[in-house]
Amino acid sequence: MLDDFFTRALVAGVGVALVAGPLGCFVVWRRLAYFGDTLSHAALLGVALAFLMQVNITLSVFTVSVLVSLALLLLQRRASLSSDSLLGLLAHSSLALGLVALAFMSWVRIDLMGFLFGDILAVSRFDILAVYVGGAAVLAVLVMIWTPLFAATISRELAEAEGLRPDRANLIFMILLATVIAISMKIVGVLLITAMLIIPAATARRLSSGPEQMAVIAALVGAVAVVGGLFASLEWDTPSGPSIVVAALVLFLASLSPFAEKLPKLFGAGARRARPGSSSQ
Amino acid sequence: MLMTPSATAGRRTGEDLVRLTGAGVFRDGRWLVRGVDLAVRRGEIVTLIGPNGSGKSTTAKTALGIVAPSEGRAERCPGLVVGYVPQKLSIDWTLPLSVERFLSLTGRISSRETDRVLEATGIAHLRQAEMRNLSGGEFQRALLSRAMARKPDLLVLDEPVQGVDFSGEVALYDLIRRIRDDIGCGILLISHDLHVVMAATDHVVCLNGHVCCQGAPTAVASSEAYRQLFGARADATLAVYEHHHDHTHLADGRVLHADGSITTHCHPDDGHHHHDHDHPDHGHDHHGHDHAAGGDASPATGGRHA
Repeated sequence: MLDDFFTRALVAGVGVALVAGPLGCFVVWRRLAYFGDTLSHAALLGVALAFLMQVNITLSVFTVSVLVSLALLLLQRRASLSSDSLLGLLAHSSLALGLVALAFMSWVRIDLMGFLFGDILAVSRFDILAVYVGGAAVLAVLVMIWTPLFAATISRELAEAEGLRPDRANLIFMILLATVIAISMKIVGVLLITAMLIIPAATARRLSSGPEQMAVIAALVGAVAVVGGLFASLEWDTPSGPSIVVAALVLFLASLSPFAEKLPKLFGAGARRARPGSSSQ
Repeated sequence: MLMTPSATAGRRTGEDLVRLTGAGVFRDGRWLVRGVDLAVRRGEIVTLIGPNGSGKSTTAKTALGIVAPSEGRAERCPGLVVGYVPQKLSIDWTLPLSVERFLSLTGRISSRETDRVLEATGIAHLRQAEMRNLSGGEFQRALLSRAMARKPDLLVLDEPVQGVDFSGEVALYDLIRRIRDDIGCGILLISHDLHVVMAATDHVVCLNGHVCCQGAPTAVASSEAYRQLFGARADATLAVYEHHHDHTHLADGRVLHADGSITTHCHPDDGHHHHDHDHPDHGHDHHGHDHAAGGDASPATGGRHA
């Protein structure tokens, strides 16, 4: 059944969504949206380098993403610039470097739009394998580091004091993020990967009453968005990435409706105290 | 029975759970705190008092290993189980987190244990409530519940009763003392309120960028100097902490006095050293944990900034 390009895209896309959802929750909780953007912009540099050195694109994108993460960690310690300025610097200079490098390689004929916005035609059996093997590994590691990573999300100092080694968990999390970006690039495109991380998580927020529940719901919301978006893309001949993101946006808007607010109780979340205006933090 | 490393950590009463030796923290061109000698033993409550910016939180973080000391040593018992209530904790509104889930933040807590600690801190009815909807006082109780549910060897509480109402405050300090009695853990407490220092503490360390004085609270309270300092309120349980520092330690180690003069040492009669008037060799001796009967509030000031 994987002979059909559309089926391949569906299978790969759902795989990406199942991994991006839980990871995206951490991106939202930790306010790392711009960091995700930076990594995905750097992905284009990875594409250029892959063509230049004749290596596998997914591997090259993963390597560049990890290097950019490490560069950010180093610059945060050394440079006297704020994190968001550093991220902007890294994001756009790596994107520009990638575009310039691609322009120089006149012998390479690639569909730049495909990389920027995703290309369902380009999904091969090998890509599906990469998504599921890589995705399963990412989820397994995420489950393993869940407690320290979650504790560090709330308070690094508290996690450190109680012996959970938050810095190690944070570093592993960055590598997981780089992996997800590398495996999802072909499906949603470089410019829209962050959307796959953030929008399903933001949608899940309104529907969930606990962090683990939110991670699962985000994965499911993402999967629904992929299926809906790909069918729309086929129907109206629109690029796959933007179509998936628009579908995710529709789901997010639906989650804002008053009906959706009542869903957590249906999931058995128990009594939630509604006390508007008395937030302690 | 299986003995985990934590079960043996500092099991014998009196063994140091955590010890700072001449510890100092230097950040951004200045010493946040310097020359701290401090130890917390099992079954002991040690309280850090001092004005804002005197290095109380930094000292606690150094003891916990969150901040590495720039000089001196910070040693912890191997396998120590720590329960920490930080001074500040913000929970992002994007994070759905009930009180119950928050209790197992750094390790799984059984449902029975959850009931027990929430009952003890008086927020059993808030078990399913979202953390970000709690009031300041309820939030502090949730933090304390979490730390206590870990059955720690060492409990570090950084201003645990901030935002708690008056009657609740007394109840929470009672609870802190009961935790010590029940679990037998050591407690490092940071506080502004003197009544806690007097009622629920074995050892008081007064900080002002360095250790100004330390000793047993009973010795401090029964001293004539203490009565002079706190007047009639010295006997009241809820005396307000009015510990005036009449001198400031400058960056270069010299001392700026209230009258504008600058010296290289604190004067024996400076502010909080009142209770030491009858102490013969002022300055260089440092009694540390002398809280046997008649133990005094010994100054640790003199030689510090020489």
